Amino acid sequence: MTQIPENIMPNSEPVEMLLNMGPQHPSTHGVFRMVLWVDGEKIVDVVPHIGYLHRGSEKLCEGEQYNQVITLFDRMDYIANFNNEHVYVRAVEKLMGLEVSERSEYIRVILCELNRIASHMLFIATMGLDAGAMTPSMFCFRGRERIQGLFESVSGARMMHNYFRIGGLKEDVPDDFVHQVREVLDLVKKDTEESDKLLSFNEIFLARLKNIAVMSAEDAIDFGLTGPCLRASGVDYDVRKAAPYSVYDRFDFDVPIGLDGDCWDRYYLRVQEVYQSIRIVEQALEQLPSGDVASSLGRRLLRPPAGEVYVRGENPRGELGVYLNSDGTDRPYRIKVRPPSFCNLSSLKHMLKDSWIADSVVILGALDIVLGEVDR
Amino acid sequence: MAQDGDKQDTSEQQPEQTVSASAAAHSAHGADEPPADPLAGLSSSGRELLGITMDVLKEFSPSADALDDLPQVKIDRRHVLAACRAMKEDHRINGQMLLCLACVDFSDYFQLIYILQSLNPEQTVVIRTDVPYSDATVSSVTSVWQAADWYEREAHDLFGVDFDGHPDLSPLLLYDGFEGFPGRKEFPFNEYQEF
Repeated sequence: MTQIPENIMPNSEPVEMLLNMGPQHPSTHGVFRMVLWVDGEKIVDVVPHIGYLHRGSEKLCEGEQYNQVITLFDRMDYIANFNNEHVYVRAVEKLMGLEVSERSEYIRVILCELNRIASHMLFIATMGLDAGAMTPSMFCFRGRERIQGLFESVSGARMMHNYFRIGGLKEDVPDDFVHQVREVLDLVKKDTEESDKLLSFNEIFLARLKNIAVMSAEDAIDFGLTGPCLRASGVDYDVRKAAPYSVYDRFDFDVPIGLDGDCWDRYYLRVQEVYQSIRIVEQALEQLPSGDVASSLGRRLLRPPAGEVYVRGENPRGELGVYLNSDGTDRPYRIKVRPPSFCNLSSLKHMLKDSWIADSVVILGALDIVLGEVDR
Repeated sequence: MAQDGDKQDTSEQQPEQTVSASAAAHSAHGADEPPADPLAGLSSSGRELLGITMDVLKEFSPSADALDDLPQVKIDRRHVLAACRAMKEDHRINGQMLLCLACVDFSDYFQLIYILQSLNPEQTVVIRTDVPYSDATVSSVTSVWQAADWYEREAHDLFGVDFDGHPDLSPLLLYDGFEGFPGRKEFPFNEYQEF
């Protein structure tokens, strides 16, 4: 962080002022409000207020049948719907001891990684916008729209897919799926490269992000950061590698690690993750087996045995954990979600302290929060 | 998988759409089976980790258990803070990260489930404690992990569990003045409060 002079208002007593940001502030990426206590341009303290989007999703899950809960998971992290669905269906499958066909798992991984790319592209676009760069967002949104068009051809919806099923998928992908994905990947790769070239090493962008809100590895772990925010601080921890789930152990990919733990690292790490996800999808397309994708359970009403599981997966924003408690009826007894954004956001107070007001926007932006998941 | 084959057979005999595979399997085998081993889901490394955990927490009279494939210990709620600190400081467990704090309502008591993660080596341990309705207080672990801050505020909001020693238990997800605890089982689904 740049050195902040001790006395920023010479010849006068420091006066603290209260500055309200949000809930409808464009830089908060949703309805999030923070109250900043500022001394001149310096942030002394911050009180984050969340809950504007609280729908009680966990409680709602208790009133829905197991298959209906998938739709609620779609609406938590609404930028990475497939990843959310994946963790939930894996939780129920684990509880029931279900085997899923290879083809289903491969298609799930392909869609999840494509969703990660789409999510990171949205992040790159908004990060550029937060720092004042308009053009890269055009490339990124173009690429993201292509992926969402692909999702639409697969599931029928751009965002709220409801495509994964407990034990399989809703239906098989279109016949030309592999061809479509390859075509989209080439274009998306170009879009990412273009915005990468324009933005990543741009001098103004570097000046806005480099050495801002530095987070040490110890602090990051203590605050429970996961995903890109944790890895930017130099901690090599990715659930896909640490505790491989689904078919992730069959792919060759790297986990990018940051050096300094500042905002720029958080940004650039996600750019690198896009390339890694493209690698995974390419390998998965090559290995994609044929077979059935329908759930072996058919359309029956599910009644998993009484018991509990904790299942986690690597979402674009970090580790999504689902604690599922079943009492043997057709509805879950309790579902507790460990949303990655929620934990990442709780470190905001620590990050914003002693930084400038002008930096608050990029600091919040680099955390890449989705309020639907924070508030649930 | 043998279990899967089992399920297939029973579902063919009972073609009703609402019978779940596992429930059918249960009824087919009858109830006179011996109770399942709670540690059955654990792998050998999981059992080893459970042994170490029991050793670390031995002064808090823990009982060994498993959350599916994760080693789990149950302790009394009075020892939560000390146990969490011991788990974090012990280098074999290395519970450096609090992954999740789940609160489950069982209508006359709550269960708090602390999921601890070590990054090196990669391992997960679960601490569980019962909190009665009549005195829903447990000591806060914010002094051990800062991550506990919002988890505990959330549990306080939705379930009314008090965390002794938490710096600020103001409403997080709910607005000021909200009445009741919407996470509890007794809270009605379809009633609204005027804001």
